Amino acid sequence: MTNQELKDNLQRIEPTATIEEGKQYLNVTVSPEKWHNLATQLKENKELAFDYLFNLTGVDYGDNLGVVYHLESTTHHHVVVVKVATNRENPEIPTICDIWRTAEFHEREAFDFFGIKFTNHPDLRRIFLDEDWKGFPLRKDYDPSVNPTY
Amino acid sequence: MAEEIIIKEADEQEISINMGPQHPSTHGVLRLVLSLKGEIVNKVEPHCGYIHRGIEKMTESMTYQQIIHLTDRLDYLSAHINNGAVCLAVEKALEVEVSERVKVIRTIMDELNRIASHQLWWCSFGMDLGGLTCFFYGLRDREKILDIFEETTGSRLIQSYYCPGGLMADLHPNFQTKVKEFIKYFRKILPEYDELLSGNIIMMERAIGMGLLTKEQAISYGVTGPSGRGSGFSCDVRKHHPYHAYDKVKFNEVLRTEGDTYARYMVRMDEMRESMNIIEQLIDNIPEGDYVAKMKPVIKLPEGEYYQRVEAARGEFGVYIISKGEKNPYRMKLRSPNFSNLSSLDLMARGNKIADLVAIGGSLDYVIPDIDR
Repeated sequence: MTNQELKDNLQRIEPTATIEEGKQYLNVTVSPEKWHNLATQLKENKELAFDYLFNLTGVDYGDNLGVVYHLESTTHHHVVVVKVATNRENPEIPTICDIWRTAEFHEREAFDFFGIKFTNHPDLRRIFLDEDWKGFPLRKDYDPSVNPTY
Repeated sequence: MAEEIIIKEADEQEISINMGPQHPSTHGVLRLVLSLKGEIVNKVEPHCGYIHRGIEKMTESMTYQQIIHLTDRLDYLSAHINNGAVCLAVEKALEVEVSERVKVIRTIMDELNRIASHQLWWCSFGMDLGGLTCFFYGLRDREKILDIFEETTGSRLIQSYYCPGGLMADLHPNFQTKVKEFIKYFRKILPEYDELLSGNIIMMERAIGMGLLTKEQAISYGVTGPSGRGSGFSCDVRKHHPYHAYDKVKFNEVLRTEGDTYARYMVRMDEMRESMNIIEQLIDNIPEGDYVAKMKPVIKLPEGEYYQRVEAARGEFGVYIISKGEKNPYRMKLRSPNFSNLSSLDLMARGNKIADLVAIGGSLDYVIPDIDR
């Protein structure tokens, strides 16, 4: 499917999403409330069939936090990038690890580094850092002196 | 009688055992918490982070030329390939076209790197299953590739040979002869690998039908590289999104559908042959030209987002750069193949014995610094 067809299709599924064509991929921005529903459609819809989540990135945009999902279809080989932004104080995004299982580890990583809470995640714990680590190191306002150095 | 009761209780009780962080079969500092019923694995819970260095955080205060040197230290057995991903992302952002010579040399280097990586995997896989001879054979032959690397790049393991715009140095005059000698030698020696291990009855008993992963599961868990292709998941980035000179060479994507330890093993064995085919097509036709394009000393990427995918020896490696127009990235995510592959270990190991878990882990071929980053 070309980017234009993808764009029309996605806009029909989720009218509230903002869709713009990037230099490389099609970028879709959606609110956390609508995300899980859209994700299910992306995977289940036969024409879209985005079954392979090849990257999940947590980002600190300054004013808010966000997660970027890179999706590919292994049958049609088209790619889409979905961005979901959330607030800094109580960052919550629904988990999608029931749809793409690889997200389970990647979401734990985003939680570890950015403190983004993925609601309904089966096992949301830190994955790389210690349980008693203070703060979230990849946030831009992180102060390294709060944790001891050895 | 009393003994019998104790054994019976031990069989029914689920016990939890630490495998690692120091365990020879994990090839690094990975801790697996196993839930066992007797000798049967009920659950595997990986605990990562023992070699976490915060590379993604470090990149935010480094220039792009410096970041190249960090990517070597992720999957140190795919150093060239990882370097290539960052270089390609930077070149794409700056719209720099590298010369044909650079593209061809990068392709040859990537494939040599892949062979060297698969050789080391083969020897350690054999050793995990108790075949110590494999270790000597594999290392003996890998040494020849490392010698070729050393001559041209000055370094054996983590070379940092690629730089934005091209290469750090031109090829050594001996390069072509040495590579051709190696291919000739390795074509002769590779059947010996098969004789020693591929058809070995002990190995086959422990590999065939073990650690099953279906194609749907492989896609859902993001298991890529030879491990994914052993389950029939066509995920070769070189085929689907060609970079370097991969669109100019003919090669087959090795696919098998069994999805067990043996399939993953055979995919890697066949991939070594495919890599040699690729090198043979290019080695006599390295075009003349500059080995590096003229670049500004301070590289600033225009504001925007850039993504580059490459096929590392263990799967898909990705670099995602968000730039705000500064000389260092605002955010850089490194998608490491091993991290996703590891998440499927629990699924594959359930119901198998501990000794088979070692074989399954070996067939995934994880490199711990790539998981932890």
